[in-house]
Amino acid sequence: MKLKINGQPRDIDAESVADALAVEGLAEARVATALNGNFVPASMRTTTLLSPGDALEVVAPMQGG
Amino acid sequence: MPVFYGTEIASPLMLGTAQYRSPTILAEAFRASAAGIATVSLRREAGGGQAFLRLIEALGVRLLPNTAGCHSVKEAVTTAQMARELLGTDWIKLEVIGHADLLSPDVFALVEAARELTGQGFKVFPYCTEDLSVCERLLAAGCQVLMPWGAPIGSGLGLNNPHGLKALRATFPDVPLVIDAGIGLPSHAAAAMELGFDAILLNTAVAKAGDPVMMACAMAQAAEAGKAAHRADPMEPREMATPSTPVIGKAFLS
Repeated sequence: MKLKINGQPRDIDAESVADALAVEGLAEARVATALNGNFVPASMRTTTLLSPGDALEVVAPMQGG
Repeated sequence: MPVFYGTEIASPLMLGTAQYRSPTILAEAFRASAAGIATVSLRREAGGGQAFLRLIEALGVRLLPNTAGCHSVKEAVTTAQMARELLGTDWIKLEVIGHADLLSPDVFALVEAARELTGQGFKVFPYCTEDLSVCERLLAAGCQVLMPWGAPIGSGLGLNNPHGLKALRATFPDVPLVIDAGIGLPSHAAAAMELGFDAILLNTAVAKAGDPVMMACAMAQAAEAGKAAHRADPMEPREMATPSTPVIGKAFLS
């Protein structure tokens, strides 16, 4: 499926947000996710299905003021 | 010591985690400053997030995630939701930026986002201006802390409007107030605390100093000195001299 992950075009074999994280090697990472601008809680990653053209954001804590 | 949403923090100094030359210097600056709260952002995971998470959790301070760089209510709300899950805290430093050059708050969107987030159970720390009406609306929206800017973020200009900040302190004597942004020198930190503010939040002044660890220490000392000065009830300044040495009893020598 063609979608964007953190702004980068990807063509991956994934049905859900959880699948996409696994493909990206982030299944075990402490990250938070948003799909098309909406927060996807960790508990809903397996049931939140992807559609072609979706934009998935995967974030972690970083330096900030 | 400042109390935010029922939690007492052991230091009036809050420190950002950005722009340090190395993770070691960041950690040493926190140790030297004894800051009680560290601000962090949320950014796209590109490999460094997990190590940074371990670093900041090892600091032993309370974490305050921010919504830095958000320009809309929706962006800020989504960022706050992600931060709450990721860091296990309902504290959020709410930034909704209105102007790219000044990084000034969009106070209209700020109030709207604050209302939405407090409704969702967040404890909001709004980065705002010292405008009394804006601050009133933030309190009405459920904020129990206000964080007016001293000067634009990263400018190091100090307190641009000390009279406005003084008026804010006088108007809301029981609301925890934090000077957020603009502090460049320990004298600015002390001045903020002398006005009766409960805490100061700074980042660039420490991170970009030639010796960040020494500056962190200087800021902490200045904040403590300013706090003590406020509690000591300073004298009123006056225009003309008044002798401090008694006049009575001076020998007649001319």
